[in-house]
Amino acid sequence: MTALLETRNLSLQFGGVNALSDVSLSIEDSALHAIIGPNGAGKTSLFNCLTGYYKPTSGTIEFLGKNITRMSTADVAALGIRRTFQNIRVFPTMTVLENVLAGAHLRASSNLFSIIVGTPGFRRSERELQENAISSLEFVGLGEQASKLAGDLPYGMRKRMELARVLIANPKLVLLDEPAAGVSSVEREELSRVISRIHDNGVSIVLIEHDVELVMEIATDVTVLDNGRLIASGNPHEVRNNPDVIRAYMGRSRK
Amino acid sequence: MSQNLIADRGSRSTFATKLPQRGLILAVVVLAALVPHMTGDQYYLSVGYQAEMLICLAVGLNIVVGYAGLLDLGFAAFFAIGAYTTAVLSVTYHWTILSTILPGVFISVVCAVIIGLPTLRLRSDYLAVVTLGFGLIIQTIANNMSQFGGPTGIYGIPTLTIGSIVVQSATAFYYVFLVLVIIFVFVSLRLRNSRIGRAWLCIREDEDAAQAMGIKIHHYKMYAYMGGAVMGSVTGALYAPALTAISPPSFGFSESLLILMAVAIGGMGSVWGAILGGAIVVILPEAFRQFSQARFLVFGFVLIIIMMTRPRGLFPEGAFRGTVKRLRARFGDRPARSRPLQ
Repeated sequence: MTALLETRNLSLQFGGVNALSDVSLSIEDSALHAIIGPNGAGKTSLFNCLTGYYKPTSGTIEFLGKNITRMSTADVAALGIRRTFQNIRVFPTMTVLENVLAGAHLRASSNLFSIIVGTPGFRRSERELQENAISSLEFVGLGEQASKLAGDLPYGMRKRMELARVLIANPKLVLLDEPAAGVSSVEREELSRVISRIHDNGVSIVLIEHDVELVMEIATDVTVLDNGRLIASGNPHEVRNNPDVIRAYMGRSRK
Repeated sequence: MSQNLIADRGSRSTFATKLPQRGLILAVVVLAALVPHMTGDQYYLSVGYQAEMLICLAVGLNIVVGYAGLLDLGFAAFFAIGAYTTAVLSVTYHWTILSTILPGVFISVVCAVIIGLPTLRLRSDYLAVVTLGFGLIIQTIANNMSQFGGPTGIYGIPTLTIGSIVVQSATAFYYVFLVLVIIFVFVSLRLRNSRIGRAWLCIREDEDAAQAMGIKIHHYKMYAYMGGAVMGSVTGALYAPALTAISPPSFGFSESLLILMAVAIGGMGSVWGAILGGAIVVILPEAFRQFSQARFLVFGFVLIIIMMTRPRGLFPEGAFRGTVKRLRARFGDRPARSRPLQ
């Protein structure tokens, strides 16, 4: 069975820095795959390679058997891979609803004539998208915030809005970059529930997280990166007890 | 159940909450249309259509700068291309004014693509400089080529006729440009409330995040630039017969800056702001004629005050939002969770 997403010998170099060295991992279909590792391990760099922001120095990335290594970000998004950002990137002067609608860009009508004339087909398509956007917002618990400016939302709500923006695209694969970072424990519980619900709906998820508890709770697979290298990959309990992993984490905490 | 609530809310909020906003717009349009009946003074009406022209240009530039966030310092170039295409085709080749509009638009769009392809990828400062240069190039071409009348320009531009209607007086042009404003505003709003407009705003806010939504940012930047080119060009095509003579000084950097100023004062990204800004930038200097030589000083002073008190412009994006919220509360845009179905 081909994996949903596979990297082979993926390497990324910036000048003298090896952000990623020879990383080969597989994301299975319907997995909730966590990527953990100390700061600077290359986790976000991995995401940036997967989504076309960085072009890897060597190695390949395949999605559903298709080589996407050199694809542009927009093309990768069109294939059904969506992501959230570590430092949340919302569109601050747009409303929450419009932010989520932006996620549905590829589903919206782009016919210039229909748009300018305002054909019934166009109106119907916009109405549908609005309904879907509101549904997505309600799914993450932000139903009441639709007309607020995204820039006015508190941190935790912005994180959830990013999720709604990803969901409206009906993605095949969702990459979440530290979704629980910087949120209160109450928010964390809520986020964990939402992520599980997304996963239960059949969406494959790759999750970068520092919160090992969260990871052990919900992940089906775990990959550990350290200094750009993959040091372990497998189910959560195997990985947790892997001596290399323990050494990497213990080593860090001594600094 | 929640699906029905959504559908319910959707239709109610579209009709009831948009009614007051649409009513206001209709009132303004009717008022504007009645101005020639309130005063027959050709001076006032010519200021009127000049304001309408600047509004048209501002609405066009608003798409480039306001929606897509592309700093364009040479927008007058498209205005010039439209005006000169009309002038040359109608004077030298005896085309009717109306038939010259499309060729002008075509040339403007081609120029937009040629300029845009290499430069829209650049950072905003570089784009600003290139567009500034483009504006100067067009003006210089007009100034130096005899086909375009050189420094004296082209005169004797024939009369605009629309079917059997002869458009010659200030009153007539007031109506023609009023119709153009309405068309441009309509198109601008339609674009804004579609995937195209949303894509532009996303590009303006955060290009990287925009790409992550599947938005092809370079294509959309080009569309914005082309949209502005079309509006600038059409306005120019009608400017030529309005003045019957055009010359290079009308299409320089100052003019590009004036249009940009109209957009900035009104509020970047807001079509209503562009209308207000365009009107202010034309009407105030005329209104200040009582100060004779000092009128531009006074104008500058007023601009400074506006920018200090309303830095985001007089009618920035979302200016209506507070009003809409209050109206929603009154006309019943209820939140998702209350109201069980009977």
